[in-house]
Amino acid sequence: MTIQQFIDLTNAKLVTPEVPTDREISCGYTCDLLSWVMAHGAADMAWITVQTHMNVVAVAALMDMAAVIAPEGITFEAEVIEKAQEEGIALLECGETAYSLCGKMIAAGVPAD
Amino acid sequence: MGAITLKESYPVEAGDFSTAGEASGKIKRVLKKLGIDSAIVRRVAVAAYEVELNLVIHSMGGHMDLIVEPDYLQLNVHDRGPGIPDVDLAMREGYSTASDDVRTMGFGAGMGLPNMRRNANDFSIRSTVGVGTDIEMGFKL
Ligand SMILES: Nc1ncnc2c1ncn2[C@@H]1O[C@H](COP(=O)(O)OP(=O)(O)OP(=O)(O)O)[C@@H](O)[C@H]1O
Ligand SMILES: [Mg+2]
Repeated sequence: MTIQQFIDLTNAKLVTPEVPTDREISCGYTCDLLSWVMAHGAADMAWITVQTHMNVVAVAALMDMAAVIAPEGITFEAEVIEKAQEEGIALLECGETAYSLCGKMIAAGVPAD
Repeated sequence: MGAITLKESYPVEAGDFSTAGEASGKIKRVLKKLGIDSAIVRRVAVAAYEVELNLVIHSMGGHMDLIVEPDYLQLNVHDRGPGIPDVDLAMREGYSTASDDVRTMGFGAGMGLPNMRRNANDFSIRSTVGVGTDIEMGFKL
């Protein structure tokens, strides 16, 4: 699944327009504890989290992730968006819960790792 | 021990969340540029990030020294205190003294030190209360 296909599937809003959406998502993960994410993160991962501060982008960049997804209508701040664009990481805002987003990704064949 | 390919030092400020993770990002870029295997770069990046955030959150500041030799990479970290009273306890998964404020940001799982030990080939920690903490990590290249 590409980032664009994820957007089409979930009606997510891409807040980093400069980041290409044809990148393939290799796997999905959801967790809000950063050290857990550091232990389980993978390259090209799509990570769903309610955390939206600057360090989320740092973690995603260190793990070479493809996208960070904020569920339940949570939004990213301008400076975080700017940093993500610099790092080439897509930030997506979604209305649905993390559970529902995971379900859709799994149904579409995106593996857990 | 071979000849040193690269030696750099990165300062880390206590409490500075706006730049937290930048030293690890720089280390990752430097290692990539040296052409080091991406799986190893990743393990170093995880360990570097965890130790950097510990300096920001728990210490009074310090520095991270990166030494790259042809077949071995060292990440030596020193801080100016307050030190860890019980290192064995601190090394346990799930143990954390993080404040409620930083827990709200997703820190404080008590997984940072275990993540370092898991990712490094060699790991040692020494700490003296009132003086500081030294962590040495080694990675085979
Ligand atoms: N440099 C340090 N100086 C003083 N205390 C430290 C230092 N590094 C770690 N500690 C102590 O060891 C504990 C465990 O550290 P560890 O990195 O494993 O977990 P954490 O930082 O609390 O949470 P996490 O890393 O999962 O966000 C910390 O809560 C803190 O009490
Ligand atoms: Mg930690």
